[in-house]
Amino acid sequence: MKYVDEYRNAEAVRHYAKAIAQLITCPWTIMEICGGQTHTIVKYGLDDLLPPEITLIHGPGCPVCVTPAEIIDQAIALATLPNVILCSFGDMLRVPGSPEQGDLLSVKAMGGDVRILYSPLDALKIAQANPDKEVVFFAVGFETTAPATAMTIYQAAQQNLQNFSLLVSHVRVPPAMEAILSSPDCQVQGFLAAGHVCTVMGYREYEAIAARYHIPIIVTGFEPVDILQGLYHCIRQLEAGESKVENHYARSVRQQGNETAQSLLQKVFEIVPQTWRGIGEIPASGLKLKPEFAAFDALHKGLLPKAIAPTPVVPNECISGLILQGIRKPQTCPAFGTRCTPNHPLGAPMVSSEGACAAYYRYRQMPTAAVS
Amino acid sequence: MNTANFLSHCPIPLQQYPHVLMAHGGGGRLMHQLIEKMLLPTFGTEPDWQHDAARLELPHGRMAFTTDSYVVSPLFFPGGDIGAMAVYGTVNDLSMAGAKPLYLSLSFILEEGLPMETLWAVVQSIQIAAATVGVNIVTGDTKVVERGKGDGIYINTSGVGVIDHPWRICPKSVQPGDVILLSGDIGRHGIAIMAQREGLAFETTLESDLAPLTEAVQALLAAGIEIHCLRDLTRGGLATALNEIAIATQLELSLQEQSIPVCEAVQGACEILGLDPLYIANEGRFIAFVPRTQGDAALQILRDFSPTQGDLTAQQIGVVQNYTQSNHFGISQGFVKLHHAIGGARILDYLSGEQLPRIC
Repeated sequence: MKYVDEYRNAEAVRHYAKAIAQLITCPWTIMEICGGQTHTIVKYGLDDLLPPEITLIHGPGCPVCVTPAEIIDQAIALATLPNVILCSFGDMLRVPGSPEQGDLLSVKAMGGDVRILYSPLDALKIAQANPDKEVVFFAVGFETTAPATAMTIYQAAQQNLQNFSLLVSHVRVPPAMEAILSSPDCQVQGFLAAGHVCTVMGYREYEAIAARYHIPIIVTGFEPVDILQGLYHCIRQLEAGESKVENHYARSVRQQGNETAQSLLQKVFEIVPQTWRGIGEIPASGLKLKPEFAAFDALHKGLLPKAIAPTPVVPNECISGLILQGIRKPQTCPAFGTRCTPNHPLGAPMVSSEGACAAYYRYRQMPTAAVS
Repeated sequence: MNTANFLSHCPIPLQQYPHVLMAHGGGGRLMHQLIEKMLLPTFGTEPDWQHDAARLELPHGRMAFTTDSYVVSPLFFPGGDIGAMAVYGTVNDLSMAGAKPLYLSLSFILEEGLPMETLWAVVQSIQIAAATVGVNIVTGDTKVVERGKGDGIYINTSGVGVIDHPWRICPKSVQPGDVILLSGDIGRHGIAIMAQREGLAFETTLESDLAPLTEAVQALLAAGIEIHCLRDLTRGGLATALNEIAIATQLELSLQEQSIPVCEAVQGACEILGLDPLYIANEGRFIAFVPRTQGDAALQILRDFSPTQGDLTAQQIGVVQNYTQSNHFGISQGFVKLHHAIGGARILDYLSGEQLPRIC
């Protein structure tokens, strides 16, 4: 398949792995931000191909994993209402909310009208077709999915749809990078930035972060060759003492990003502090509907009878915060694979197809594949 | 049976009964009209059809017996329909025991309000499929449930077949050193169905791979291939079938990813939808475990019967190995290991729940 096979080419992967081994002279710790990149690394065993000097840590770029439990509780509560159709991306359905709250799949099994969508715009069609129901779209994701949500609200406003609203939990990547870098425990020396986020937002914002924290940031894609290419250029900068932003996902990313999408985001959303599950509140890391679009905010509309209280930060033994910040590896968690499995997840990183724990569980159950 | 007796028009007076009514399953005149005008002329008018049980003439020796229920939505999809699926699915399960299918039972659960013409189209499709594989439908049942309590048509078929070979075709017969053969490319049925479902604005020319597997299996047996195990790749796809066998045998199934044929349309759809073709359902593909010495001969036979050619035809996808290590959790069990062309390897596990479309 064009534009995919080239980037899974075995020869190119081996070429980059060899070049990295020739270049490296001392240990380096690099974080790939996006859960999609984590899965490529673990799925293809890319870390086995790298020299032992490289430690990869898996970043917080899994939208399912960082959505706070209380927002999932709100989605569950909305989905149980008889007059509500709750629309969601597929991988949110299995994420547990607070203890005892269950998940959206269970609500669906008990008769809640929960629908899986690929595009939020499909939720508008459902709202038009069901004028006697309130259609709520569970708007989750990074800057990659936020423009589609913004477009949906923009169109809903134009169509003056009265029975459509959002439960918003959109998050922004750069503040999370800064939160990791400012942490006293920070071990990250270089970043592979998430290529799809940069496709929308560009990478000007990253240049300030690279300069402020003296850290190389490589805009990187999601296929095996992309990841090794990103690592190669990150190591090259680290070895040379440089700290710049480089774009190595040029087939998708421009410096200025997608300006149409950005202006739509600015029109519809404002930047607010946001709680990240397992990590806590990060300033300026969330998106909220602007006051002029408040009529489309499911919570503002008062659909829920009572506010759902925020959940205590660590309600069980899940160490997702440490995992998402790269401080601990999934397989070092005492619950990993025993009390916590994809069938019985204690926390979100074991649920989502992009969660680091799920990746290790799914692809690395056996000791024959070395775990870095 | 032959297909020449087909009626082109629905034999039930449509002006009078354009839809299935509760009474069509109620045991009275309407139910008898349905049986006598639609089902008996289609499937044969042997007296047994109107008794409570069919009498079967069975050869001596070992028999295979299986049952399956069909609940597919939509009822009609590119490359097939629920009727053909209900025949081929059960016939294929018999074939996976190396049995020659002889007889099927056919039970309908119909939803009140189902267009009578839809039922007629499905009944005709069942008869064409049965005639194609030479199996007789010898007994049946019809029930009607209230509107909203079914999904148009549910079908159950059970099948009886004769085992006319000396082998014990089952997971326990798989040996270290066996080669694993795959009969064709994977993922077509699941993606073709998914593309038809409401809510996916996704167009494809893909058709389901729905097909009977009897001929290919009988050809392997006729050629003297000592088949150790067969498994069709329905729900859960190739990965699930391999895991079932790995766990039953306590062996390692070692696969080469690049040898698993997936057509571009399936690959593309899976990339877009965030799905893994190894877990997508098929209705006309199977894996065969045979001794290494007979691997090439068996592969050639599978290729002769493969509906797909070139890179997408039947392939040897892996080998069976002894396994003495315990896994990460200290549990000693069989597993499936997938080797990538780029040098890494990973464990191919059961899915946890359904494949769910990803956010981004």
